[in-house]
Amino acid sequence: MIPHLLSAADLNRDDALLVLDTAGEMARIGGREVKKLPTLRGRTVVNLFYEDSTRTRISFEAAAKRLSADVINFSAKGSSVSKGESLKDTALTLQAMGADAVVIRHPESGAPHRLAQWIEGVVVNAGDGTHEHPTQALLDAYTMRSRLGRLEGLKVAVVGDVLHSRVARSNVLLLHTLGAEVTLVAPPTLLPVGVEAWPAAVSYDLDSVLPKCDVVMMLRVQRERMNASYFPTEREYSRRYGLDARRVGALPEHAIVMHPGPMNRGMEIAPEVADSVRSTIVEQVANGVSVRMAVLYLLLGGTGTRENQ
Amino acid sequence: MTPALGSSAAADKPAGSPAGARAILDAADLARIVDRIAHQIIEKTEGAADTVLLGIPTRGAHLARRLGDRIRAFTDRDVPIGTLDITLYRDDLRLRGARALEPTYVPPGGIDKQRVVLVDDVLFSGRTVRAALDALNDLGRPRAVQLAVLVDRGHRELPIRADYVGKNLPTSRAESVKVLLREVDDRDAVLIAGDIAANGGGAAR
Repeated sequence: MIPHLLSAADLNRDDALLVLDTAGEMARIGGREVKKLPTLRGRTVVNLFYEDSTRTRISFEAAAKRLSADVINFSAKGSSVSKGESLKDTALTLQAMGADAVVIRHPESGAPHRLAQWIEGVVVNAGDGTHEHPTQALLDAYTMRSRLGRLEGLKVAVVGDVLHSRVARSNVLLLHTLGAEVTLVAPPTLLPVGVEAWPAAVSYDLDSVLPKCDVVMMLRVQRERMNASYFPTEREYSRRYGLDARRVGALPEHAIVMHPGPMNRGMEIAPEVADSVRSTIVEQVANGVSVRMAVLYLLLGGTGTRENQ
Repeated sequence: MTPALGSSAAADKPAGSPAGARAILDAADLARIVDRIAHQIIEKTEGAADTVLLGIPTRGAHLARRLGDRIRAFTDRDVPIGTLDITLYRDDLRLRGARALEPTYVPPGGIDKQRVVLVDDVLFSGRTVRAALDALNDLGRPRAVQLAVLVDRGHRELPIRADYVGKNLPTSRAESVKVLLREVDDRDAVLIAGDIAANGGGAAR
């Protein structure tokens, strides 16, 4: 395996499949009465969150605890960060406390990469700015594989705010590695510069893409990152790029609807679609724990203590 | 950092005969031993009643299946068979690194109040069995746990012994013992080699 998980592109095909297979076994353990494993006993995992998050932080916390690691949760609010402490100083503090792994969420793209240069432990990127969110891509791939039985050759549409989406970037990279075909669907204003270099097709017309999809992944419209007007009105966006019951009707029978959460119900996804049997949104959350257990096990399992390295 | 990938691939690869390895048991010996252990299990468990066979992957799982087949042939009784992966319970994770997991399958009846017979290919330090006992603990509460191994090569590091032993094989620590099974390797045999450097496969743990 790789020393850190910073980008979905760090994983080659074999590594990615190893994570998914390991997650499958972890999921089966999650179905037992005793869900806890002794595997990471004595290791410390720090959740370093500079940005609000519910599901990702809780998911990492649950994953680490099920593997018997000690978990320290750090959120920037109410910490020395509000007194002006830099990321580097915080990192060195964590290092001094003996963190074996740091799971970091940060509003600046690239922060996990910097962190990995400063500390000796394992760094897992839990979302950096508009850049990447590799464990989300892994749990999405896991969900697709468990629902549809394969990834090779799957046609996946990623729809919406691609510009601000770390989920989209990580998914495109990982799905490409695993042999799926991704089409990005968004208004031109919500596509990043250089998108033509991504290993994905681009379309501006959702209705023409839907009939050929195995998977539709809706992205959240990230208003908190928008400092300009990217579309005229919410209603107009919803009309052209929102997934409603009529559009779901255009999908092939077997196709599934995904969303990384949190959702803007009624904006990018209609409530009745989010709650339908096609939707894997709740499953994605459950799979998140198994996938993060697999990542922590594979990354931390191999590292000895500093003395015997 | 050595990947889990490499080690798992090595464990599943058909193990050819390493240079200098000599065969201790051949296919016919192995078949006889499996028959004998099956008979012993039937004897010690009142006709294999309330008994579950759990094989430790990779080769222990195949041996458990063979034992189950023989017990059925001798008694007409279907013994539930499962597998128990102990990777997540190992005590040498820090030293040897993360490995790919093998499936754990518990038969539908569960193991509560059953007599569980753990099956492995080689008994060496006893650490695999210790890990298996921990793993069992998380799966349920068996009435009793017994251990069947094809080869006991000595050098125990823990107070663990087997209830059923195919062959006691005195070895030196420098030697490596390798069990080959048709299901994973090209043939049935037990090999011993003087060179510890030979890749440990299903053997040396």
